Amino acid sequence: MTAALAALVLLPAVGGAGLLVTGRRADRVAGPLALALTAGALVLAAVVAAARPRLSAPFLGIVDGGDLRLIVDGLSAVLVVLVAGIALLVTVFAVADLPADAARARFFGLVLLFVAAMLATVTAATLPALLLAWEVMGATSYALIGFRWDEPGKLAAGTRAFVTTRAGDLGLYVAAGAALAATGSLVLADLDAAEGGWADLAAAGVLVAALGKSAQLPFSAWLSAAMQGPSPVSALLHSATMVAAGGYLLIRMQPLLAATGWAATAAAWAGALTALVLGAVAVAQSDLKQLLAASTAAQLGFVVLAAGVGATAGGTAQLVAHAAVKAGLFVAAGAWLTALGTKQLAGLRGAARRYPGMGAAATVAALALAGVPPLSLWATKDEVLAGVEGTALTVVALAAAVLSAVYAGRILAVVLARPTGEEPLDEEEPGTHRIPLPSRAAAGILAVFAAGLGVLALPAVADALKAVLDAEGEPSPGLGDLLLSGALAVVALALTVAGSRARPGFAPALERSPLASWAGLGHLLSPRPALALARVLAAVDDRGIDRAVRGVGLAAHRIARLAARADDGGIDRAVAAVAGGTRRGAASAARGDSRVIDGAVRGLARAVRRAGSAARRPQTGLLHQYYAQAVAGLGVLLVLLLLVR
Amino acid sequence: MLTVVIFLPLLAAAVLLAAPRLSGRAAIGVWVAASAADLALIAWMWWRFDPGEGASGVVDGLAYEVDLQWIPTVDAGYHVGVDGLSLPLLALTGVLFLACAVYSLREPDRPRTYAALFLFLQTACLGTFASLDLILFFVFFDLTIVGMYFVISGWGHGNARASALKFFLYTFIGSLALLVGFIGLFLGSEERTFDMVALAANPPLADSPVAGGLVLLAIGLGLAVKTPLFPFHTWLPDAHTDAPAAGSAVLAGILLKLGTYGFVRIAMPILPEAWQRWAMVAVVVGVVSVLWGAFVALAQTDVKRMIAYTSVNHMGYVLLGLGAAGLVASADEGARTVATVGAMYQMVSHGLLTGALFLLSGWLWSRGHSYAFDRWGGLARPAPVFAACLAVAAFGSLGLPGFSGFVAEFQVFTGALQATPVATVIAVVGILVTAGLFLLALQRLLTGDTTVPSQDPADGGEPVPPTGGTATAVRAETTTEIRDLQGHETASIVPLLVLALLLGIVPGVLLEVIEPAAAAVVELVGR
Repeated sequence: MTAALAALVLLPAVGGAGLLVTGRRADRVAGPLALALTAGALVLAAVVAAARPRLSAPFLGIVDGGDLRLIVDGLSAVLVVLVAGIALLVTVFAVADLPADAARARFFGLVLLFVAAMLATVTAATLPALLLAWEVMGATSYALIGFRWDEPGKLAAGTRAFVTTRAGDLGLYVAAGAALAATGSLVLADLDAAEGGWADLAAAGVLVAALGKSAQLPFSAWLSAAMQGPSPVSALLHSATMVAAGGYLLIRMQPLLAATGWAATAAAWAGALTALVLGAVAVAQSDLKQLLAASTAAQLGFVVLAAGVGATAGGTAQLVAHAAVKAGLFVAAGAWLTALGTKQLAGLRGAARRYPGMGAAATVAALALAGVPPLSLWATKDEVLAGVEGTALTVVALAAAVLSAVYAGRILAVVLARPTGEEPLDEEEPGTHRIPLPSRAAAGILAVFAAGLGVLALPAVADALKAVLDAEGEPSPGLGDLLLSGALAVVALALTVAGSRARPGFAPALERSPLASWAGLGHLLSPRPALALARVLAAVDDRGIDRAVRGVGLAAHRIARLAARADDGGIDRAVAAVAGGTRRGAASAARGDSRVIDGAVRGLARAVRRAGSAARRPQTGLLHQYYAQAVAGLGVLLVLLLLVR
Repeated sequence: MLTVVIFLPLLAAAVLLAAPRLSGRAAIGVWVAASAADLALIAWMWWRFDPGEGASGVVDGLAYEVDLQWIPTVDAGYHVGVDGLSLPLLALTGVLFLACAVYSLREPDRPRTYAALFLFLQTACLGTFASLDLILFFVFFDLTIVGMYFVISGWGHGNARASALKFFLYTFIGSLALLVGFIGLFLGSEERTFDMVALAANPPLADSPVAGGLVLLAIGLGLAVKTPLFPFHTWLPDAHTDAPAAGSAVLAGILLKLGTYGFVRIAMPILPEAWQRWAMVAVVVGVVSVLWGAFVALAQTDVKRMIAYTSVNHMGYVLLGLGAAGLVASADEGARTVATVGAMYQMVSHGLLTGALFLLSGWLWSRGHSYAFDRWGGLARPAPVFAACLAVAAFGSLGLPGFSGFVAEFQVFTGALQATPVATVIAVVGILVTAGLFLLALQRLLTGDTTVPSQDPADGGEPVPPTGGTATAVRAETTTEIRDLQGHETASIVPLLVLALLLGIVPGVLLEVIEPAAAAVVELVGR
């Protein structure tokens, strides 16, 4: 059965990659291939859901839990079937809905990769496997949202979605580090046993990642941008995949959140507030897809709330039911957009009456969205609310539930109205004025599930689900709770429908409010501060550091010039002067040599010669002269003697 | 065997220089053949290499070792060998140089000398990675600077001479600091040797913290300039912008790794005590480089400068991982090993992805003689293959799982968090900024109205039809006649991307070589 699990992920992944590499040559076979692969995935999902296999592929070597490990437990079993089922139905819709000239190979290649990533996400048992699937899903969602890249703004919307969700993903990187520090392993299940500061850090990381992916506050605005994608992409991203991944992760990591305490509370409040605020945002929308997007964040708020309060079975049920409801509504919205050329509520007046088949499916799904008994979201929301303790949280959650009835009522009031024939059609694209059978079939099947999952209100069915999810003992709603919430939904829905008939001016007033522009949440995600910081740093880099380096170079150059000048003017001149002085000294020494020493020597020689010739003079050879000399000499001696004595 | 691998390119270069009458195409052919043969030899070495068990490498388990006397008076020798640290980088060198050779098949400008210069450079790079002797390392290290100087100044564009000079002087001064450090190691060692294995086995200056710190400072400075790390990085964007595409690819892919490789090969095992003491400095420098590189890259208006700054960012992760490996007191050995493995994986990963990005940016230059973002647009329409390759390379470089960058960065973060949680959490923001900047770049280059720089005949491009008038000037700005990636460009870029993808999906191939060596480094640092 391990092979089935491997095939579940690899078949769509390899098929998708193959389509992407082949490119437009594969446009013709892309649709049928995607249908075959998603149908195969659904079968495999059913197989693994029953057999619960596990598999491990080597990835990182030296760390425990560094492998890519997939395990199918109760929660994963529910989700793989859900993901594969929705993927198949959305593919059916996409094959019918995409224009004939679309780059189908690229589209279905990306869809298959995306589905494979989601399937891996909900079965991942180690952090590397989770993060790999998680981020590949984000990247493929970028490419899917920006599928029509040659239209202005589409790829920018994809960029916004990817960067926002990646901001959350950073939390998972941190959580992985904290997991390694706390438990020495990257196995997800081991994190439940983490303690101390590392557990807090891991819980914070997981929480941020999940809130980002599920478009909870404060990350919600990327969902609005993501509506730029083709309708089938919206139907896929905002039902069972992508946004669902965040809710799933929190349900999966609920023990960790609960262990830290604060993280569970934070998740509960983040979910409840998102349900409330984005519910209000949804009420104020004038564009059906934007309304549905805001309601997606709001409905997933209940899943996050469930994870926070520990109602994992309720959260899972809400996730499943919402997926069916929302996929159905997005299929309807997409089909109407293709047929009528508009997704503005004003243009969709009477859309359900123009196309009764699609209209019936959409009506059922919208009633379920409103929380009307006995449909699915009524039952699952009460499963979640049963776990909520504390008055404030309960009040916020109930208010959010009422808001969901209000925005569902706005849809119903518009599409069920009698068309006047003056609706502004073909505003956004030329409509085809028909809805093909596959689209109706997909929406119909989804509507059946949207209604049928209401059986979860029966305690027997709810307990069976809890048994599958290993969540026995979680509280179930009492009959009173069910009646109260059902009544609230019906009343709110009725008031909305009646109110929009009686006071048609109310809706435009709402649409002018700040809520219509998503309550300014987009500004929270503005890239401007980052870009400004980048420009400042770049300026510092150019004008500061680089100039300093250049300065060092120039200074070195200047010092070198100074040194050269000192060399020329100082040392060299000194050397020259020394040389000159030496030469002069040598010259004067030479002069002295020739004049003084040599002169003295010659003078001495002359004197000696003269003395010699003078000494020769008395030696005449004449005896009488010798006698006279002797007498004179004796006379001198005598005088000397006399004088001395 | 290893010696043949190192000097085979040099031999081919000598042949090329000795045959002045060889035609340009034949010369490039020789280059491709020599690089391919060298890569085949490296592959064979890899095949026969036994990574060993546990902590193997650096001081034992060296393969293909050759130790010949060279300058016996100072005990410097021709000592080369291969372990888990050097083998991945040797292989990366082989791959990237072959890719550059294929990319340059149509090089019109003095192809024979160009080929010879690159082959010389390849020998210098291989020699640096294989060296087990400090003096030999230094010689090869400096030869790479010389080779790259001539590549930039001879075949660059723009302000090539000034950039080349800046590159040369800056990195050369860095290498002098390195030399001072090496001499310090020599003087500090008991055996008075330049042999890395002997020094790592018996680390010098173990009980003189001041001298050890100063020697580490000198070595660290030299390597930081080469890596480059903040604030020594400003030569990089200039050198890259003005270098030819293949030169940029080698500069970013291989030459930067000489710096980071120096940290794991020399600084960490030989000065373990000093590295532990100053590891926090490495962490801080790494984190600052991560964020600085990312943010400054975000603000660039020039494709090549942007890619150059992302190199600073990516090398910052390496330093973060290596610094964390030195924080012995605050993390267990397992986590520190993970961080080191990530840092080393990043070296290979960055080489492949940034090499591909720079070769892709060469396409812009060859088609429009401009890297400015505002002169290009809507390229996905006329050049879908280029667009697809650029998108894949960008996602790989921003660390998308499934590509090698993720394996590297995930391990760096995961391993470093325990040692230095605050720094790691700050550094994680880097992958968000790189995601933003690459997606923004894709948006600017690939979507919108198709815009191609008007060809100015003075640039050497194809002349604009001399019809004049504003209308034609506008049309020249938005011409869609532009050739997509050609055969030799595809054949050089796509394999790099495929390798990055393979290493991202089955990292085991590379990890089984790196992990024992990383464990050895961590064990040596922990002494």
